[in-house]
Amino acid sequence: MDKFVCLDGVVAPLDRANVDTDAIIPKQFLKSIKRAGFGPNLFDEWRYLDVGQPGQDNSSRPLNPSFVLNQPRYQGATILLTRKNFGCGSSREHAPWALLDFGFRAVIAESFADIFFNNCFKNGILPVVLSASEIDDLFALVEATPACTLLIDLERQLVRRPDGRELSFAVDPFRRECLLNGWDDIGLTLRHADLIKAFEEKRRIEQPWLFA
Amino acid sequence: MPQTLYEKLWQDHVVHQEADGTALIYIDRHLIHEVTSPQAFEGLKLAGRKPWRVSSIMATADHNTPTDHWDRGIEDPVSRLQVETLDENIREFGALAYFPFKDPRQGIVHVVGPESGATLPGMTVVCGDSHTSTHGAFACMAHGIGTSEVEHVLATQCLLQKRSKTMQIRVSGVLGQGVTAKDLALAVIGRIGTAGGTGFAIEFAGSAIRGLSMEGRMTLCNMAIEAGARMGMVAVDEVTIDYLRGRPYAPQGAAWDRALVVWRKLHSDEGARFDSVLDFVAEDIRPQVTWGTSPEMVVSIDACVPDPTDQPDAVKREGMGRALHYMGLQPNMPIRDIRLDKVFIGSCTNSRIEDLRAAADVVRGRKVASSIQLALVVPGSGLVKQQAESEGLDRVFRAAGFEWREPGCSMCLAMNADRLEPGERCASTSNRNFEGRQGAGGRTHLVSPEMAAAAAIAGHFCEPAMLDSLSEMRKTP
Repeated sequence: MDKFVCLDGVVAPLDRANVDTDAIIPKQFLKSIKRAGFGPNLFDEWRYLDVGQPGQDNSSRPLNPSFVLNQPRYQGATILLTRKNFGCGSSREHAPWALLDFGFRAVIAESFADIFFNNCFKNGILPVVLSASEIDDLFALVEATPACTLLIDLERQLVRRPDGRELSFAVDPFRRECLLNGWDDIGLTLRHADLIKAFEEKRRIEQPWLFA
Repeated sequence: MPQTLYEKLWQDHVVHQEADGTALIYIDRHLIHEVTSPQAFEGLKLAGRKPWRVSSIMATADHNTPTDHWDRGIEDPVSRLQVETLDENIREFGALAYFPFKDPRQGIVHVVGPESGATLPGMTVVCGDSHTSTHGAFACMAHGIGTSEVEHVLATQCLLQKRSKTMQIRVSGVLGQGVTAKDLALAVIGRIGTAGGTGFAIEFAGSAIRGLSMEGRMTLCNMAIEAGARMGMVAVDEVTIDYLRGRPYAPQGAAWDRALVVWRKLHSDEGARFDSVLDFVAEDIRPQVTWGTSPEMVVSIDACVPDPTDQPDAVKREGMGRALHYMGLQPNMPIRDIRLDKVFIGSCTNSRIEDLRAAADVVRGRKVASSIQLALVVPGSGLVKQQAESEGLDRVFRAAGFEWREPGCSMCLAMNADRLEPGERCASTSNRNFEGRQGAGGRTHLVSPEMAAAAAIAGHFCEPAMLDSLSEMRKTP
């Protein structure tokens, strides 16, 4: 996993609440057995005017010009700004994989669905929770500022606006450490292998039917 | 100190805890299907690791499998490769049980786990699928995980978790005639919203819950994720124990007696404190129909499609307008006037034997309306299908004009060939009415099996009890 320390990037605004994982990456693309290559199909049904299929050449497909990611001013965006309950629905990790493959490294929203939120941290994407009024202000700012950028500083847990205003956000200390260092969860957990073995043996004696 | 069920389950699985409360939680049961596991097995192999305990694994193929023409195999090469990759991974690493494509016990992972007895009270159950909340019906700590976590569980038999907040949803009274666990689930989501349970583990309690069968409890816990809660759960009682007795992977003999002693403690203690408590009255709940593109966009069968202009919140109002446009509906039209093109009875929410019996009771002796292009029944598993056929339910459905298919996830998410075409409208017993969920441009209305069956017969939404008077009206010149 790539480290996440500081990100200075263009913001793309997706002004909808309850964006679900079916919208982020439709089901036909989940047939892949790979982790990469989902970027061209991120928000597929909103981004293109036709119905996409896996393995297709996406460069020749008709784009929906009104969809935000197709607008020239948001090209190269690395930060997605959206509304509450982003990532609701299925547990598909293909959703953060698609965001990452497209180029997003952070998503700012009023709230996130639990499983999606968790999946982001496993892939070096930082989900940032801000208040409804801070989100409203950011939407207004992004609308008014061509190629608006934000600086997200995970070490200081701050989002800095171009006007210098700083918005602080909370993040679990453990998850923050993992992102700052790019740590592999599995490696960390296996340091406790002896504890896991001991727990398992005790459980096997107390509730043997769980191990049948 | 009195504890909630969730607190008991949590405490029973903590291997280690970090200073900030992040805990290493031991996983008893790991359910695996073909869509969210290939990258996890690949990661495991690349790192030179082996699964920690293969006897925790139960696997089946469900999302990509076709529901007809099994003699032709899986015709879509991309789907076939994904299913074959699961075959290979299980062959290489092993599992407690594997029910591959065409196995008589194959089916939707959340149907197969409980019916085989692989889901047992007090377990932690995970799967790379959000509807793993289903297994909470057995007083399990059960939730969906992403593929990185599938790999983490394979490699370490544990997950890194933060403790959830607790919510109790108490439902007093008795559900009325024709009102099901599905209607209860939708009514709860309609009230608390799709983010209402975010950060919580929900325990369903009260007389209406105790009155539900295990199938009904599974339907309810299945939909907890649609309320934003990763987990839903119900305490163990005699209904739980009766369901489990004699299942292939449930304990037998002396082990069964020992297990019962442990299981009977799996309930919230008198006086246990929840972070949030919500009360519902069963008698207030009517059959539910979703009208929009989120499960929270739901009203009762007696209502009309809501009018966005009545909504004071601007973001919500815009969302409602967008949903109505997508669904091709007008504000204020009666729900009963919505006409359907297709009907789908199936999914991990509503494809168990009780669901099929209830739908068959509505259909028996009647015909699917001529305006319905396709009415589909997809049993949740091979064993559900066998059971239904032994009761003659397949003949009831077929005689009415339904198609009777092979088990799988099917049109719930349309990864296989079963799907809606753009603009088609479907009464569906599944769990998500998101844009494009059942096929690009498809329009989904979530309902109970009884309501889906009645919609197939009438061609529009109506309560099963109204079917006779409708057909009388049609006969009258």
